Amino acid sequence: MNDVMTLAAEAGEVPEGIWLFIPPLYDVIGSLAALALIAFVFVKKVLPTFNRILDERTELIQGGIARAESAQAEAKEALEEYKRLLAEARAEAGQIRENARVEGTAIVTELRTKATDDAARILENAQRQIEAERQQAAVSLRAEVGTLATELASRIVGESLADAARQSRVIDRFLDDLEAQTVADNA
Amino acid sequence: MRARAAVPLDLGECALITAATNLLLAAPGEDGGFHVPNIGEFFPPAIAFEGTIFEFNRITLVRFVAALVLCTLFWLVARRASLIPGRAQNIAEMGLDFVRVNIAEEVLGKAHARPFVPLLTTLFFAILAMNITGVVPLLNIASTSVVAVPLILAVVAWIAFVYAGIKAHGPIGYLRTSLFPSGVPWPIYIILAPIELISTFILRPATLTIRLMANMLAGHLLLVIFFALTNYLFVEASGAVKAVGVVTFGAAFAFTIFEIFIAALQAYIFTLLTAVYINLSQEAH
Repeated sequence: MNDVMTLAAEAGEVPEGIWLFIPPLYDVIGSLAALALIAFVFVKKVLPTFNRILDERTELIQGGIARAESAQAEAKEALEEYKRLLAEARAEAGQIRENARVEGTAIVTELRTKATDDAARILENAQRQIEAERQQAAVSLRAEVGTLATELASRIVGESLADAARQSRVIDRFLDDLEAQTVADNA
Repeated sequence: MRARAAVPLDLGECALITAATNLLLAAPGEDGGFHVPNIGEFFPPAIAFEGTIFEFNRITLVRFVAALVLCTLFWLVARRASLIPGRAQNIAEMGLDFVRVNIAEEVLGKAHARPFVPLLTTLFFAILAMNITGVVPLLNIASTSVVAVPLILAVVAWIAFVYAGIKAHGPIGYLRTSLFPSGVPWPIYIILAPIELISTFILRPATLTIRLMANMLAGHLLLVIFFALTNYLFVEASGAVKAVGVVTFGAAFAFTIFEIFIAALQAYIFTLLTAVYINLSQEAH
């Protein structure tokens, strides 16, 4: 066999014909052992490990997506809430403005009414006072005019009109005449 | 190579290094001369336990190296695996996802794929690891190029698709759907049933076995021829003929790349066909 110059060592027993396709028992056992080793490592260690990692990774990605979704939902909710609050605040502000306007109008009206009343009252008081003063003045004038007239008359007449009753009668008559004259003048 | 491990070597560089190393390994024996390699390559003498059922030879050794390296790599990655993958984990996940999504789920559908994913993944990576040793310097042989591994894997695939069929239709139902496909006039069954019996239960595992084995065997022979020829031309040939060695070395380089591709392709085909057979068993046709 030394004429076979190749990579491998010299050949052992070379099978022929169909025996090329029927492995010797030792080869079957050796192959089974090697393949069993590979199968064992893959089935028991490699595949479970990588499947676990694959599942974990999927879960992580799905978890991330779920978290992002929930965050988005939360943000949306917050936005809705914010919008709602804003609308509420706007409505409230409008309401307050409206109230203020109404209230202002009311106050103005009230004040105007009050001012009108006050003015009326003051006017009335003034008139009353004027009336009172006029009457007082009239009374006082009447008394004074009487005295003056009496005095004047007594001076003219030279007679003391001491008698009060007479005095009073004279004055009244004088005044009545005077009033009648005034009325006549006015008419 | 080790210093640049962080930057993955591209396929061309890998193949060139592999080709050069293999060329050195193909150094001639004392008698010199060029001899075409033969089938004896695949039946090296025993290293230990000769004649017992634990007999150990070069190919058996390479097979265990492939299995151990594959298991160690994935074990290390799986042990340090985390939610945020690193470079190694990304590559591992890409491979596992390829089998799970592009083979299992695409052929079987998401719901049916789940129970068969471990099987298909093991098939794919076991075949890939044992194929790729064919271009790894010092190992230089794919342990799938002798019949034992492809045959066992085909038997596993056979058990898987028969199991899937029985589980989907019951033993009788499975035989009926696979031997007597509906929509055929009954006299045709006389010839159709035996054909279906042979094609489903015998030819399927046989073709799985032979396709994988023959591909790897032929690939190895091609590589050996080109490396040995290049070596012979460089060392033994005289004058201008030496230059022809450049051509054969180029061919060796190209075939190394091709073999890497074939190693992955055969792993894919074997796994894909297993998935297809499982699918055919599950669906009444």
